[in-house]
Amino acid sequence: MPQVPISWFLMLSAALFALGVAGFLFRRNIITVFMSIELMLNAVNLSFIAFAYQHQQVDGHLFAFFVMVVAAAEAAVGLAIILTVFKNRATLNIDEVDSMKN
Amino acid sequence: MQLWLIPLLPLAGFAINGLWGRRFSKSLVNLVAIGCVLLSFAWVLKTLYGLGDLSSAHVEHYFTWIQSGALNVGCDLAVDRLTAVMLLVVTGVGSIIHIYAIGYMAHEGGYYRFFAYLNLFMFFMLTLVLAANFLVMFVGWEGVGLCSYLLIGFYFDKKFATDAGNKAFIVNRIGDFGFSLAMFLIFVNFHSLDFASVFQQAPGASVATLTTIGLLLMVGACGKSAQLPLYVWLPDAMAGPTPVSALIHAATMVTAGVYMTARCWVIYTHAPAAMHAIAIIGIATAFFAATIGLAQNDIKKVFAYSTVSQLGYMFVGVGSGAFSTGIYHLVTHAFFKALLFLGAGSVIHALAGEQDMSRMGGLRKKIPWTFATMMCAAVAISGVPPFAGFYSKDAILLAAHEYAPWIYWLGVVTAGLTAFYVFRAMFLTFFGDYRGHEHPHESSPVMLVPLGVLALLSLGGGYFFRVPAFLGEFFHAKEAVEDPTLVFISVAAGLIGIALAWVMYVTRPGMADAFAGNVSGLYKLVYNKYFVDEMYDAAVVRPLVGGSRAVLWKIVDSSGIDGAVNGIGAWAQGVGGVLRRIQSGNIRSYATWVVFGSVMLIVAMSLAGGLIR
Amino acid sequence: MDVILFLIFAAIALACAVNVVVQTHPISSAVSLIGVMGSLAILYLLLGAEFIAAAQVIVYAGAVMVLFIFVIMLLNAGKESSKGHSFMAQLLGVPVLIALLGLLALLARHMYPPETMVRFGGFQGGTAKAVGTALFTRYLLPFEVTSILILIAIVGAVVLARKEMD
Repeated sequence: MPQVPISWFLMLSAALFALGVAGFLFRRNIITVFMSIELMLNAVNLSFIAFAYQHQQVDGHLFAFFVMVVAAAEAAVGLAIILTVFKNRATLNIDEVDSMKN
Repeated sequence: MQLWLIPLLPLAGFAINGLWGRRFSKSLVNLVAIGCVLLSFAWVLKTLYGLGDLSSAHVEHYFTWIQSGALNVGCDLAVDRLTAVMLLVVTGVGSIIHIYAIGYMAHEGGYYRFFAYLNLFMFFMLTLVLAANFLVMFVGWEGVGLCSYLLIGFYFDKKFATDAGNKAFIVNRIGDFGFSLAMFLIFVNFHSLDFASVFQQAPGASVATLTTIGLLLMVGACGKSAQLPLYVWLPDAMAGPTPVSALIHAATMVTAGVYMTARCWVIYTHAPAAMHAIAIIGIATAFFAATIGLAQNDIKKVFAYSTVSQLGYMFVGVGSGAFSTGIYHLVTHAFFKALLFLGAGSVIHALAGEQDMSRMGGLRKKIPWTFATMMCAAVAISGVPPFAGFYSKDAILLAAHEYAPWIYWLGVVTAGLTAFYVFRAMFLTFFGDYRGHEHPHESSPVMLVPLGVLALLSLGGGYFFRVPAFLGEFFHAKEAVEDPTLVFISVAAGLIGIALAWVMYVTRPGMADAFAGNVSGLYKLVYNKYFVDEMYDAAVVRPLVGGSRAVLWKIVDSSGIDGAVNGIGAWAQGVGGVLRRIQSGNIRSYATWVVFGSVMLIVAMSLAGGLIR
Repeated sequence: MDVILFLIFAAIALACAVNVVVQTHPISSAVSLIGVMGSLAILYLLLGAEFIAAAQVIVYAGAVMVLFIFVIMLLNAGKESSKGHSFMAQLLGVPVLIALLGLLALLARHMYPPETMVRFGGFQGGTAKAVGTALFTRYLLPFEVTSILILIAIVGAVVLARKEMD
């Protein structure tokens, strides 16, 4: 029966990762940037699962699991930080949060 | 034999007085300083008594100082007959002058400092004399130069004194340069700096090498012993206290050049050209300095030029091949020149600091003891028999006549000049009417007793201390022939000089000034020391200072070195200024850089072959 | 069959990912991201990762993205403004992006031989039992540490987001 070459999964992962980087570099809204980070993490998860299939071992799943856990924790804390920044600066534009300039 | 005690006792005196002398009472400072020197003298006597004949050198090796490749220099001290003579002169006359200085410096500030420096000088001089190799001698050589600088500039708040100290040190340095070059040549040719080793190998070396070494050593001797053209520091050195002038610039330090030349007699006897140069420079200096001494008014300057002149005599003796005569004159000169200086110090002390002879006169009734002792020195230096100077000066003149008769005749004329200017000084100071305004008083016994001892030595020293006989074996030199005619001529020259001075300054006082008026051009030339100092200033000092200022300071130091250092700072700032722009505060640019960096990293790892299999 | 599944859901994932990046309103981006996560869960099932697929839907799409949407609505984030710029991002951003994509693709092709084929059911080790066994035996330490991490995150989030007590 027709099967899917595993390199397609990897290329899909690469494309999703690149899109995440693009979002991170070119968007100005903090929350959108944060979501691009989540997109990157998902792409990496896909890679891990693909490699787990290739090596026929469950360790890749474990890695993906931990990535998910950490992503969740990071999302919680990150959003709290965004709330604080919004409280102090009243803006969601990361180009305006540049008091570390020079 | 514990030779090391001889120099180290004065060094201990220096350390104690130098470190704690400020808190000592004057008597304690005296006790330490004089005690150390007297102990050193006593030890010298004991050592010489214990060593007996001294027909061969007694060497003591203490430790290896430098061990580097082929160079092996030990800290060695040695005593032979030449050293014995020098030791007795240095410690003996040194002790006498130390005792005199108690009285002379009684009212001066920095009392403990003076005696500390004096002891330090004794240490270095004794090291110089006792050295058994060139390097240890050089340590003493440099050290006495240092102490001379410290003591000439003793009154450091007076600019002319510090200038004189600088001049002495710098001119000495020029001589030291010659000495250093000679040491290098000696090491290259003989692979050792020990006297014993070098003098054993010397006869086998080429004449050209030995002549070069001899000439370079002579440069060193010219610097230290104030011969032409490096004599200019000695008259200025009179800015120091009078005991310093007596000890350092009459009896001991300036004779180091003569001692060194005599020590290297093996080298010189095989390099006739160098010896000839020494003899010529010696007689030229003797005559030149004597002429300057004729017209000076400062009593210490007269004796300073006299020292330069007498040192010239010593070099004539050494250069003529009769080394023992040079040392003989060194010994007698120590006696009468020290006495002349100390007596002059007594006069100056009596007149509360007056040094100009035109404001003295008629002092023989007011300070009779000083007068009597100085007279003994004056007749000794004039070569009047049977006093000390007669024996030594005639020995030199006889040797000179055998070597080159013209040197003998010039020496006779110089002897006449010597007698003339010394007695001119004596008559101007002690005869006639008193021309000043002070109240002269005789000095204290602590100053008079040393004068008396030195007077006895000046009178009888030549007769009793038969130095040439003692050293004749050491130098393997030829015996001087006795020639009564020549002796008679030189004595006559001296007596003529005395008589002329008597006429011009006692019987007919106005004659000197009238004569000076008739030859006013010549008189001005001589009075201004032939403008030698001015010539040096224009030819050497000014170009050097100007060149240093314009080139070395402005270009090399300000632009070059400071520019380089400041430039590095400015460059670092510039780089920092550029790199600073990365910190824009903008999160997106940071992210861009991160991605850029990771791309580069992947490329690098792939190229290094780590990723692609 | 697997190919068709893969192509459909890969296309959906890509389209939603592009939408995340392109949309101006954050809510639209968030919903598109949920779409991406859903399609990825299907792809995980294709790769035999049953537990992870379930976790993806429940934790990621169900909890994390909901948290995002809550915060967006809390902050009343509107359409993105066009103020501000980053010179560096504009200059280097596109080239660096293309380079990254190209490199990753290149690596993907060259590092792994293409003969491994994926078919549904090809990997049986992704069950909850297998994952659980590995988690509580070989990966016990990371598991415990992760739980502490979550605790820290909770504490941090509470501290950061609360009102200041006066």
